[in-house]
Amino acid sequence: MTELVYGIKTPIRLDYIYVAGQASSRFLTAIAEGRIVGQRCPQCAKVYVPPRGSCPTCGVATGEEVPVADTGIVTTFCIVNIPFAGQAVRVPYVSASILLDGAGIPLFHLVQDIEAHDVRMGMRVRAVWLPPEERTPSMNSIRHFRPTGEPDAPYDAYREHL
Amino acid sequence: MRDVAVVSFAQSPPVRSDTIRNEVEILMPVVAEAIERSGIGRHDFGFTCSGSSDYLAGQPFAFVMALDAVGAWPPIAESHVEMDGAWALYEAWVRLQHGDIDSALVYAFGKSSLGDLRDVLTLQLDPYCVAPLWPDAVDLAALQARAGLDAGVFSERDMAAVAVRSRRDAAANPNAQLRDPLSLDDALSGAPTASPLRAHDCPPISDGAAAVVLAAGDLARRVCERPAWIRGIDHRIEPASLGARDLARSPSTALAARHAGLTAEAPPVEVAELHAPFSHQELILRDALALGEGVAVSPSGGALTANPVMATGLIRIGEAARRIIDGTVRRALAHATSGPCLQQNLVCVLEAG
Repeated sequence: MTELVYGIKTPIRLDYIYVAGQASSRFLTAIAEGRIVGQRCPQCAKVYVPPRGSCPTCGVATGEEVPVADTGIVTTFCIVNIPFAGQAVRVPYVSASILLDGAGIPLFHLVQDIEAHDVRMGMRVRAVWLPPEERTPSMNSIRHFRPTGEPDAPYDAYREHL
Repeated sequence: MRDVAVVSFAQSPPVRSDTIRNEVEILMPVVAEAIERSGIGRHDFGFTCSGSSDYLAGQPFAFVMALDAVGAWPPIAESHVEMDGAWALYEAWVRLQHGDIDSALVYAFGKSSLGDLRDVLTLQLDPYCVAPLWPDAVDLAALQARAGLDAGVFSERDMAAVAVRSRRDAAANPNAQLRDPLSLDDALSGAPTASPLRAHDCPPISDGAAAVVLAAGDLARRVCERPAWIRGIDHRIEPASLGARDLARSPSTALAARHAGLTAEAPPVEVAELHAPFSHQELILRDALALGEGVAVSPSGGALTANPVMATGLIRIGEAARRIIDGTVRRALAHATSGPCLQQNLVCVLEAG
């Protein structure tokens, strides 16, 4: 009987050069300069950070650029305990949704310089930037967020963002 | 069948490579324009359907990100086909036949510039015996052109004449990409790209998007003075194996056309927008559709002068419908294709009144 072919190797390689788009370009350029910018929806007034150039709720362009603080509130978080390949930080660490002051949606980042089990909802945090000469147009220009030591924000300040 | 019509159409002027805008940024103004022209509220559509390919974008679920251009809140009823937007329109038309909704938004987009389109299209071939040899899209089209020449179905001069006419028509279309005039002598003296194809026989590479609004019955009559009624729409597919097909002919187009109502007894169409990215493919399609001399073929300049892959077929329907909506013609045909060498074909017959 003829042997069945269970597998063949057919190498495929496709190269792409992505286009970030206008909104992401402006955001990433600002990040390289140590600033965070969002864009406001002209209809519902929500400030998107990072901006994608459109309000996915209203389906309209978000042209107006809005400066956003590098401080904010941990709305929710998880403690990562499982090591995996390519992990940049040692476990356990905290991945968090952070509502920056002036932003309408939370963004994703790490919370460090604090024991993982001490992180809590409502905690006030601030971005820890790389030194100016090491910053690039990348979210990695913010090393992580760390507690500011301010009193926790009240639940009502972020309940809509959970 | 329920009466369903194209009531508005919009497209982005295609460019070789949009290095500034991402897909959402290209799509957003096009969707907004089609919606505004339709007179139907953004949040009033019963169904939304899109056509695109993640292989062009080079990232999985790129079509989900495109929803940012639509305003999908409150949550919408939405679907996507990994095919040209003409098939998204077909799905929307079927959905409207259910009778419980009256309108649908259809859109399509593609940025071919991000990767190497010729190689990307190779991945739609048989992964065991064909794709590992990496025949690209132009190679295969050349094989098809050769089959047609050898079968005596058309000549290289016929092919060049298609290119010359397409460029002439494109000059009047701001949404065409190749708009420089081309003479028959220049065309025929060009060096072969992939023999027998020369540069003018092949489409440009384009980034672009298009959107169409469909409406049924009274809603269509209310929002549009001259809706382009879909009198018939059908699509047929041929075997994936290129060797199993007669590449010089398109029986799937002929069959789809018959089922779409393009018969010898039916009144002739005045315009036929054909999705023929290669010059010889128009000749094969004209033959399959038995188009008479009086039919204006691809007066937009066609896919040979602008080819935003995944939107090119939907643009054919939009261009045909546009001519009914603006009162230029009363009966038009639109055709869309998918797969290598015209493997799958969709035919749509549109009518005024």
